[in-house]
Amino acid sequence: MSGPLLSVRDLRVGFGTEAGLVQAVDGVSFDLRPGEVLAIVGESGSGKSVTAQTLIGLTRSKNARIEGSVKLGGEELIEASDAAMRQLRGERIAMIFQDPMTSFNPVYRLGNQIVEAIRAHRRDVGKQQARARVVELFEAVGIPNPERRVDDYPHEFSGGMRQRAMIAMALALEPEVLIADEPTTALDVTIQAQILALLEELNRKRNLATILITHDLGVVAEAADRVLVMYAGKVVEEGTLDEIFYDPQHPYTWGLLGSLTRLDKPRPVRLPQISGSPPSLLALPDGCAFRPRCPHEFAKCRELPELTERLTDAPRHCDRCWLGPEEKRAKRQVEGQIGLEAPA
Amino acid sequence: MATEALLEVTDLVKHFPVKRGILIDREVDQVRAVDGISLSIPRGQTLGLVGESGSGKSTACRTVLQLIKPTSGSVKFDGQEIAGLSRRQMRPLRREMQMIFQDPYASLNPRKRIGQIVGDPLRRQGVAKGSELRRRVSELLDRVGLQAEHYNRFPHEFSGGQRQRIGIARALALQPKLVIADEPVSALDVSIQAQIINLLDDLQDELGLTYLFVAHDIGVVRHISDRIAVMHDGKIVEEGSADQVCERPVDPYTKKLLAAVPIPDPRESRERRAGAAAGG
Repeated sequence: MSGPLLSVRDLRVGFGTEAGLVQAVDGVSFDLRPGEVLAIVGESGSGKSVTAQTLIGLTRSKNARIEGSVKLGGEELIEASDAAMRQLRGERIAMIFQDPMTSFNPVYRLGNQIVEAIRAHRRDVGKQQARARVVELFEAVGIPNPERRVDDYPHEFSGGMRQRAMIAMALALEPEVLIADEPTTALDVTIQAQILALLEELNRKRNLATILITHDLGVVAEAADRVLVMYAGKVVEEGTLDEIFYDPQHPYTWGLLGSLTRLDKPRPVRLPQISGSPPSLLALPDGCAFRPRCPHEFAKCRELPELTERLTDAPRHCDRCWLGPEEKRAKRQVEGQIGLEAPA
Repeated sequence: MATEALLEVTDLVKHFPVKRGILIDREVDQVRAVDGISLSIPRGQTLGLVGESGSGKSTACRTVLQLIKPTSGSVKFDGQEIAGLSRRQMRPLRREMQMIFQDPYASLNPRKRIGQIVGDPLRRQGVAKGSELRRRVSELLDRVGLQAEHYNRFPHEFSGGQRQRIGIARALALQPKLVIADEPVSALDVSIQAQIINLLDDLQDELGLTYLFVAHDIGVVRHISDRIAVMHDGKIVEEGSADQVCERPVDPYTKKLLAAVPIPDPRESRERRAGAAAGG
């Protein structure tokens, strides 16, 4: 196995606000290898999007405090100049967003916007040449009639086609890393399936390393190799796809898995639910941040558990929970399914 | 059984005209948003209406409630024909049918306090005022899992899930018989979705509510519904018991829709993709 392409160590991102420092990302570490799909899962406010945006320098601002290390092929990005980051965005790391409508300028033709992006990085590429490249890219992401559609405006594209156009733009400079932030959340399920299939194909054909940010564990199951589960700015569990789904260690992960509605299983009378709501980052409880919502809380939980390997047979399957492996196994099964609260 | 139905919709049609021209409007085409649908919901049951964006499910809801006048067709509520009733004639009936909306941020007036928002239907319909109104609002807040001290707060002080609870309290204020929920959980985080679905389930048991539950997420719809209707291009392409539609779909569009839903189980998901690749 080759070494990591992207290596993130103890990444911390805080924002100064009138109410105090909001530690949106609090010590996130991971490695990403070529061709690997890493899913970052969490709810709103968990810090998953801020983590991704920080990787390509989008969170830099006066009131942001960014610490830790992000290395791309050995090069440190946290301290890189703004000019260097501009060069690197698109060229080596590209990003696609949830809402493809607001990600394009509505008054310019789609093709021209991508041509502009290409020529901003490759000065020697002529307009016609760049345009031909866009047609090629549209073809590669499955947009029908690419020669004609490059001259369309964003509003002439459907949601799914716009997302394809955004993927085409992201691929224009052949980046090594693709960050996809909720790429299918705004799409219908049938279109979602197409976009996920496209991302998988690109990932396989181009050996593209992908960071997939999502709150949807169904999407994770379809697409990811490794999974990070984030809660209140911290990673609470990390493992391979199968480890997270078949041997989840953190009660928050149990809750997420339990609250899924499954079409392939008989429906439970009640959905197992996580009670309460995510904490405010300004008033985090001491110790484990999930403690107030966790039915298995005990005295030890007032101390913050390390993110570490707690299973002897699963290296690199890490979690932040003080319960022993046997206790976890016993507690996570609620009437045959993984969940937090027994159905009432 | 037919007489038991609280809501009986027959051949409901809503076409929107597409007009061209500056001085003289010519109708050049029609958008057939709802193109002849028939539904029946027995008292105390839930009908799930699924479909993708543009299938006409939201227009269907609004036409059933007479918020949009139907082009043709019949809507019988509690045995009474309501299609074509005037706004004034509809007014007393509005108590009996309420709606819960998708976006808990857009559906609450940001300048009003929670007590006002939840109490408004009671005041407007002249059901309660003064201390009686306050008592009933507190009761409603309690019933949906909020506290009485939330009475004087503003919507921005609440999370998405709590706001959806406020929207539910408002819908229940007039003790309706029918609640139409249009994508009530799709804007919420996964862990909160389960809370709201369980709440809707409990309220149905306690109050004998009848639900028309509209969503694009078939998993959620199947969980909460007794029967499911699948809508596509303004028409209902399949209707049956929730398990039957999900496990033994007949219509090709329903099959396609079900096949696209991600299975949150890596092994099964891999098998399905391998099967799809092998089968072309």
